[in-house]
Amino acid sequence: MSTESTPTTESHLRLVWIYPDLLSTYGDRGNLLILARRAALRGLGVECVEVRSDSVLPEQGDIYLLGGGEDGPQAMAAQRLAADGGLHRAVVRGAVVFAVCAGYQLLGESFFAKGVQYAGLNLLDIRSDRGPSRAVGELAGEVNSALGIPTLTGFENHGGRTHLGPQAHPLAKVSVGVGNDGTTEGAWRGRVLGTYSHGPALARNPALADLLLLWATGITPAPIDDTWPERLRRERLTAVTSR
Amino acid sequence: MTGKALPLRTKMATSLSRGAAALSRATGRGDGSVIGGKIGLMIDPDLLANLASGREIALISGTNGKTTTTRLTTAAMGALGQIATNSLGANMPTGHASALAKAGETRYAVLEVDEHYLDQVMTATHPRIVALLNLSRDQLDRAKEVAMMAAGWRMTLAQHPGVHIVANADDPMVAWAASSASSVTWVAAGQRWHDDSWVCPDCGSRIERENDQWWCTGCPLRRPTPQWVAVSGGVIDPAGTYRGIQLQLPGRVNLANAATALAVATFFGVPAITAVPRLAEVASIAGRYATVVREGRTIRLLLAKNPAGWLEAFDMAEPAPTLLSINARDPDGLDTSWLYDVDFSPLRGRRVLITGDRAMDLAVRLEVNDVQFEYVVSFGQALATMPPGWFEVIANYTAFQDIRAELDRVN
Repeated sequence: MSTESTPTTESHLRLVWIYPDLLSTYGDRGNLLILARRAALRGLGVECVEVRSDSVLPEQGDIYLLGGGEDGPQAMAAQRLAADGGLHRAVVRGAVVFAVCAGYQLLGESFFAKGVQYAGLNLLDIRSDRGPSRAVGELAGEVNSALGIPTLTGFENHGGRTHLGPQAHPLAKVSVGVGNDGTTEGAWRGRVLGTYSHGPALARNPALADLLLLWATGITPAPIDDTWPERLRRERLTAVTSR
Repeated sequence: MTGKALPLRTKMATSLSRGAAALSRATGRGDGSVIGGKIGLMIDPDLLANLASGREIALISGTNGKTTTTRLTTAAMGALGQIATNSLGANMPTGHASALAKAGETRYAVLEVDEHYLDQVMTATHPRIVALLNLSRDQLDRAKEVAMMAAGWRMTLAQHPGVHIVANADDPMVAWAASSASSVTWVAAGQRWHDDSWVCPDCGSRIERENDQWWCTGCPLRRPTPQWVAVSGGVIDPAGTYRGIQLQLPGRVNLANAATALAVATFFGVPAITAVPRLAEVASIAGRYATVVREGRTIRLLLAKNPAGWLEAFDMAEPAPTLLSINARDPDGLDTSWLYDVDFSPLRGRRVLITGDRAMDLAVRLEVNDVQFEYVVSFGQALATMPPGWFEVIANYTAFQDIRAELDRVN
């Protein structure tokens, strides 16, 4: 665990990457780097903490990140997080959680890994099982209007199908790809948000990154120069709609 | 296959395979390294086994360095006569069948094998020796995860107890896979990329590293004692003798590839003293590491297909103006997430140009990485923008082939 002993101040944002030794498959570090950069550009002090699975999860984080992973590590991560209990306490305290792919599934009530059903963390009212085929490719969809951010764009690679209960809101309505079930994609409730848009999902969705920062700080992030992320978004959304 | 009559079906398949390959080259549709084998295997499903029969075969596999190590091994073994090899990087069974059909009768063959096909090709070709270089994440939208690949190799090697293995002692995944074999020559070939081997493939505990050693904290798995060691400017052989190697190929990783090539060549009886100068003759491999002079600019081409490969490319590249080109077509993998597994900070302070189908993904990545860059629409525009002097080009697979085509398919 690489914790810096910087004193916590009002404008100090703590980003906690949960278990990169288990859940880091598809450039998941990108979300940490992007949040850190966008916070720093708004003048926030940023502390990035990477917590390995043999360490206690710090409870004073502002944003917790969960990445993707293979079945074995996913099941192990869920068991260790449940035993640790720190993420539950952080969420009760009001911390933000952003999870992708396998990390998204394990936030729910249950998920399947290697053909066996595992209990999830019950932080989102979702349950996941296996789909008829693997969902691999571009993913896009209009984001739930309550969140006030533009079209989601990403890349998915998963064999799961996720079913939302009444306590979870779908993140987006799928226009390209599969997402949860071919109809909706991702889920959120309170400040806990998950998506099948895997890996560096925030690279193509800077407004989603800023939404997480808003949730964490209570302050609407000031506009910054997003020329390159906007060009990337246009390029990807054009590529998937012109197919 | 020397002096041995081939089945009629194999003869016909071989002949048609050669014809198709020649046609592919003549019509400019391809280099003929795959299509010939494809047609041949349709006619004779046992074509590869029949063509391999009677030859003494070495297979080279791993995520990175296969093509280069195959070329270095072939160069070293050239001391024994004609060597059949799939030198164009066509590393699946169709490519192997094409290469053996094209070579005709040879006593020896050195074949590069895609890591997913090791089992199938070992079963078909009955190699005497297999060299295993490294395993790391590659083309994540479809490749097997690293631990699964290592487990597959381990099972394959256990099922071929008569085959001698040359394996990288510095890669825990490779070392674990190879430790199921009955006879192994270990090479200290290094491992710059650690992010796919923090967890023991055998027991799931954490792997610790210190200096050049690594060990599992939960079971007896640890770095085997190497017989060959790649060091600065050369290798140390199993007798403890330092042998300087003046490679034309850049980078520490190519010295490691040379050490593996020597381990294979000496297994077949080539004396190291004979093999070493032959390694120095290899200048470039299908455009990789090639330098081309255009209007006062010396362009060097480096291929980097995955995070581990990018780290090696940054190690090789001169601190000169650099063009990065990224595509995400089928052969590259469609997912560009891996860009965030690469730390591009070694490029800070250099003039960096970017291009390729997925230049926008790269632009966002470099911005997050605090690397200044300029976007250009093509290799041609990059060249026009560059002042005279050294110019590094680092590209992934199809981006590399595009640029190579613009340079008249430089070899």
